[in-house]
Amino acid sequence: MSEEQIKNLEEQFEARIARDEKIEPKDWMPEKYRQTHIRQISQHAHSEIVGMLPEGNWITRAPSLRRKVALLAKVQDEAGHGLYLYSACETLGISRDELYEQLHSGKAKYSSIFNYPTVTWADIGAIGWLVDGAAIINQVPLCSTSFGPYARAMVRVCKEESFHQRQGYEIMLKLCNGTPEQKEMAQDALNRWWWPSLMMLGPTDDMSVHTEQSMKWKLKRKTNDELRQQFIDQTVPQADILGLTIPDSDLKWNEERQSYDFGEIDWDEFWQVVKGHGPMNNARMKARVGAWERGEWVRDAAMAHAEKQQERKNKQVV
Amino acid sequence: MKNKNLYNYILGIADNSLILGQRLGELCGHGPSLETDIACTNMSLDLLGQVRSYYQYAAKIAEDGRTEDDIAMLRKEREYFNVLLVEQPNTDFGYTMARQFLFDVYHFLMLTELEKSTDLNLSAIAKKSIKEVSYHKRFSSDWIKRLGDGTEESHSRIQTAINDLWTYTDELFHQTEADKVMVAEGVGVDVTKLKDAYYEEVNAILEEATLSVPESKYFQKGGKQGIHTEHMGYLLADLQYMQRTYPNMEW
Ligand SMILES: [Fe+2]
Ligand SMILES: [Fe+2]
Ligand SMILES: [Fe+2]
Repeated sequence: MSEEQIKNLEEQFEARIARDEKIEPKDWMPEKYRQTHIRQISQHAHSEIVGMLPEGNWITRAPSLRRKVALLAKVQDEAGHGLYLYSACETLGISRDELYEQLHSGKAKYSSIFNYPTVTWADIGAIGWLVDGAAIINQVPLCSTSFGPYARAMVRVCKEESFHQRQGYEIMLKLCNGTPEQKEMAQDALNRWWWPSLMMLGPTDDMSVHTEQSMKWKLKRKTNDELRQQFIDQTVPQADILGLTIPDSDLKWNEERQSYDFGEIDWDEFWQVVKGHGPMNNARMKARVGAWERGEWVRDAAMAHAEKQQERKNKQVV
Repeated sequence: MKNKNLYNYILGIADNSLILGQRLGELCGHGPSLETDIACTNMSLDLLGQVRSYYQYAAKIAEDGRTEDDIAMLRKEREYFNVLLVEQPNTDFGYTMARQFLFDVYHFLMLTELEKSTDLNLSAIAKKSIKEVSYHKRFSSDWIKRLGDGTEESHSRIQTAINDLWTYTDELFHQTEADKVMVAEGVGVDVTKLKDAYYEEVNAILEEATLSVPESKYFQKGGKQGIHTEHMGYLLADLQYMQRTYPNMEW
């Protein structure tokens, strides 16, 4: 193809996106579009899978049978999200094994929030409320993103995430209406998860590299700072209902902006965790790589069995 | 308690599902693949769902103000009546599948009979559970065949797991005092009568999986009397952690 032809295709492609048409895997797409989508979708898939670990940490210790069942179901939903997202990513011409390889080698990233430990039961409530809550704010706009398989996966994922969020909030509500010790547990969890949740919405706009291109491709509709503000404005009244205090002494309603002003985020901490030095980065990667390595003989066996079955079938036919 | 035998009988069934569900729950997020991870979580969810129905019923019979959670999480180790098989650890995926398979075949046979119980609560729980358990049995037997037939390594690993867990199979068919009374009343299942069908089915699948049927005639027992293996205390420490650390609270 000549340069001119490519340029032509690119123009048509951008025009389709501008008209809100969906791009499907078999359609022509610029290489950069493909690579950007592989990066973002796989990062999202990895986040779902790594995100199973901090919550999975409380399955065996959940305080009641009802909570245990709900938590198992939630973590299983996250596995399901991982599955659809890996499938969406595979339509771009990369295999799930390659994607895992990128995660295990540290080449691919996942949401940094999961590098914090879950130390009490209230953390399960706080994660549902805040982390799933922030995820929804990030993801609802993706339901109408330009790449068809991603948009469709997100519709399903978002429905479940909002269920998770309500469930998490309900755990917090129960704690806050419980004994003083339970309420203290809830406050402590909020104190530890608040700032990492704000960081989850990404670096400030002036530090964010991908925003402009992502806006064009509808991978992003609002900037990180806008999303963060939306999250704060939505969450503060919810904390009020719980009777919990947001751990930010600069948090104040701004009548003029009709929004909350808030304090300085510790971006040093954010970058430390992103670069792999958060409290649980090491443990999370060891858990993922360990599960993968311990499962190798099982996957090999399944493959060998399937091949032998096929051979046996072929012989019968002959 | 008016009907201690019925209460104990229900616990005998429910504790198996609770402890196995707890064991499967440990694996969530750590499976060999996403698909097996989801399937093991599913089985755990099914079992714990069944457990809730059983304990809610047991709580009604106990009439002492205890809830399903009190019954599930606040007994002493000696008061859990599950068979030793289900408390065995997730040594590797082979052990997990072998444990599942050896239990599922029994569980399915037992529920098929329990569905005929004159106790309508138990019959209803059995009816609902049997669909789930037939799926569990298919899943675990498929894996036994896959691992037996797969590679040299998988064959030897699954054979080892079957050999090690075999010693816990006989206990499935022991009758407790509560069993005897409940069988006489038409409520309970006579597990002694399930034994032949069980070994016939298990042996057939092992054979199809090119595995050998263990020859050992020495079996372990005690779970049904509350005498467990050394693994049990640790499992309960996890299971009971919150209820013990923060007594008398709602969650
Ligand atoms: Fe998710
Ligand atoms: Fe998500
Ligand atoms: Fe979620």
